Amino acid sequence: MKKSIGERIKRTEDPRLLTGQALFVDDVNIPNMLHAAFLRSDYAHAYLRSVDVSEARARPGVVAVFTAEDMGDDWQPGPPLVSPPPTVEDITFYSRRQVPLAKDKVRHVGEPIAVVIAESRYIAEDAVEDILVDLDPLEVVSDIETALDPNAPLVHDDLDSNLAAHMIQSKGDYQAAKATAEVVISRKIEIDRGAAAAMENRGIVADWDSKSQHLTVWDTTQAPIPIRNGLAARLGLSESQVRVIAPFIGGAFGPKMMMFYPEEMRIPWISIQLGRAIKWIEDRRENFYATTQERRQVHEAEMLLTREGKILGVSHTFLHDSGAYDPYGLTIPLNTESHAMGAYAVPNYFSDLTVVFTNKILTTPIRGAGRPQGIFVVERLLDLAAKELEMDPVEIRKLNFIPPDAFPYEQQIIDQAFSPLIFDSGDYQPVMEKAAGMIGYDQFVKEEQPRLRAEDKHVGIGIVPFVETTGVGPYEGARITIEASGKINVATGVGTQGQGHFTAFAQVVAEQLGVDVKDVNLVTGDTAQFHWGTGTFASRGAVVAANAIHASALIVREKVLKLASKLLEAPEEELELEDGYVRVADIPHLSISLGDLAAEANPLRGAVEPGTEPGLEATAYFGPKYGAIAFGVHAMIIEVDPETMMVEIKRYVVVEDCGTVINPLILEGQIHGGVAMGIGNAYYEQLIYDENAQLLNASLADYLIPTANEVPRIEIGHFETRSPLNPLGTKGVGEAGTIPVPALFAQAIENAFPDHDLEILEMPLSPNRLFELLQEKESEK
Amino acid sequence: MSDLYQLSITVNDTEYQRAIEPRILLSDFLRHDLDLTGTHVGCEHGVCGACTVLFDGHPIRSCLMFAVQADGHHIQTVEGLGSPDNLHVIQKAFWDAHGVQCGFCTPGILMTLVPFLENNPDPDEAAIRQAISGNLCRCTGYQNIAEAVKLAAESMRT
Ligand code: FES
Ligand code: FES
Repeated sequence: MKKSIGERIKRTEDPRLLTGQALFVDDVNIPNMLHAAFLRSDYAHAYLRSVDVSEARARPGVVAVFTAEDMGDDWQPGPPLVSPPPTVEDITFYSRRQVPLAKDKVRHVGEPIAVVIAESRYIAEDAVEDILVDLDPLEVVSDIETALDPNAPLVHDDLDSNLAAHMIQSKGDYQAAKATAEVVISRKIEIDRGAAAAMENRGIVADWDSKSQHLTVWDTTQAPIPIRNGLAARLGLSESQVRVIAPFIGGAFGPKMMMFYPEEMRIPWISIQLGRAIKWIEDRRENFYATTQERRQVHEAEMLLTREGKILGVSHTFLHDSGAYDPYGLTIPLNTESHAMGAYAVPNYFSDLTVVFTNKILTTPIRGAGRPQGIFVVERLLDLAAKELEMDPVEIRKLNFIPPDAFPYEQQIIDQAFSPLIFDSGDYQPVMEKAAGMIGYDQFVKEEQPRLRAEDKHVGIGIVPFVETTGVGPYEGARITIEASGKINVATGVGTQGQGHFTAFAQVVAEQLGVDVKDVNLVTGDTAQFHWGTGTFASRGAVVAANAIHASALIVREKVLKLASKLLEAPEEELELEDGYVRVADIPHLSISLGDLAAEANPLRGAVEPGTEPGLEATAYFGPKYGAIAFGVHAMIIEVDPETMMVEIKRYVVVEDCGTVINPLILEGQIHGGVAMGIGNAYYEQLIYDENAQLLNASLADYLIPTANEVPRIEIGHFETRSPLNPLGTKGVGEAGTIPVPALFAQAIENAFPDHDLEILEMPLSPNRLFELLQEKESEK
Repeated sequence: MSDLYQLSITVNDTEYQRAIEPRILLSDFLRHDLDLTGTHVGCEHGVCGACTVLFDGHPIRSCLMFAVQADGHHIQTVEGLGSPDNLHVIQKAFWDAHGVQCGFCTPGILMTLVPFLENNPDPDEAAIRQAISGNLCRCTGYQNIAEAVKLAAESMRT
């Protein structure tokens, strides 16, 4: 059988993308379409006294203006996005969901208050300026650390405080371990907010056809099927009356998974009200104010060790910033907990999580999704321990890795799905050694670095391992059909945002059916084609959807063999599938093409045998028991300019183990992009809010995402430990590039200033901030 | 509403006559009036480079310009470069080197590179990175874009 899985196959979707022929949401153009613009709050926290839209309504070209009042009974908060935590012992959780248009109160800058519908976007924006709003400003909850002060203002007036959730998890007996620990490292560690900043902003086009009573929605969503189901439920339509299409999406990275954004529910509703197609496209400024963000946490963290460097325990009491609402439940901070023990065998663990409401746009997962914070905490503590014990950073890590014979390894805490966290498989030490070898760790530390330091160069090296929980349930599905043309049609529910699903999934099909990837036509993200599934998130496409496709391909293959065996009068064992044909091995002229076979399977005359189905088609699903845990190590060598504090990355090495690799070309691309975002998270990208919770850098000119000059060439090594949890053996990789980068920067920068005893306990850093930290150390000297 | 302005513009070698409002951005005009949606808009403030097109052969940001300013000029967009069945050398190189992920930044990057490669037939890595440093890409980490440019330069030389 010709191999397809594991091949570096060029992406089939590229020619359309390269020539401007691929359809993105803003490219949808419907005759007579109207355009929407939102009036948004300029205040982070205020009572909404009145909204006067009369002048806006009177402007020529304006068709309608809606406020919360105009929505009547259809005004309802959005549905919870993930099931709220089960009310088990020790969990407190207050669910407060985002509202479609602000009614009595605004809770963050950018919250929509009214929406104008006009003949053009230009007119709609003019009319937004016509609206008179009376906002009565309130004291602001601008940060998590003061949110629980007794006299703090309340984001939600009906709650006693700004507490959104509280939860404790523990493993072993941390306090007992602390009594015997020889080394205790305790630090306060802070991480701040960042943006996903996909190059395409959000957008939605809704088209209600009153004659056919059918709603079509084009949405920049990662989860078209749940959007379809939610829209139908909220709009009082049957699911068959709603079609949601997630066409080409210009990057997503998490925030396009938020369901429902106020706009996402509002625009289809308005389309039904007016019986016209409506388009709303977010602009970049709105993207900074109204698209979800992530990462703010403050940890009081501690690690217990023996003199020999063996970890005895990790604990962290931490605050997590939920923003103004919490429809996404505890996904992010639970991910943080799942990664706060890193790749290490930690016998005792204690975590005390407090989630608070603040007057900022809500937080939902962004590439990494709580994992970078967990890894930052554990890796920082371990680095500080290594310094105290005068141990080599590589050695202390090797000493503590979960050993290969300990898998499946039960972490004895629950993960983001409230299931037990189990590490399925892994072999960490060789991956670490490979990365150390590739970057030339020993040689650099022993020879090169001393030589460069003698030349007064501030060169540093870092090496950081990480784990990634990937490929979580509940399930995905796929339908595969062999058409009479010989082409294979594959439909699945996940959306695609640049991950190369069209190609990678086609490879999985090609492997079983012996066809060329070019002959596999893949449809993703169109509920009219396939309507069971959840979405593209948590690095799960290559695990959950790919295995569903694999499962359907196996069934179709069986059908092909059975029918061919009858027609060719040869036993199934003697048949092979190759180049679009079924052949009898050794008798090549005895063959039939898949297309002819498909036609035979769908006869126009005669009878289909009882108990069989027409056609060569199958639908199958895959739901993993629990997530597959990927592993990797990043290493880099940097030089810091002591004048400008700019960090130049001299070399960057990634060794990843994400199980079976479907397409190394696509995998490497995912890593490159992930690292680039991680570099932003570590050294360039920080959303800066003032004490009024006003975002000060809401433009791409002020919020700096790395350019080609900041991202280095990345050298990649592979390692393959199959996941035993799925037939393909895959683990996810979508977020791997991003997760360890802040921890890596911290280690390498400290290493570049050996005389300063620098401790980096915060992210993101910036040249300015590094300068300040060094100044502090200078003045202590 | 403001008065309409008679615009005569050549885009991808086709001449268009349109009556438009003077405040219409060139990017919006190309995308929504001419339905040339290959030119993308990522920021509307001149930073991301997604909207880059050629203005009389020079790369410009079509979001920073009014359509009326292009009156009488020649614009080239990604649609004028090649078609799926007949890719331009640079497009082909992006395909071969996996220089595209979501593809949103890609048209702007391609249009930046067309004149760059004409003027720099054999660029090194640093020059390539400098050339595309005004185009933001959130997906690729730029490495395979740099590879694609080298590949394109090579095929253009031979
Ligand atoms: S859209 Fe023109 S530079 Fe970003
Ligand atoms: S490929 Fe997605 S932004 Fe560049």
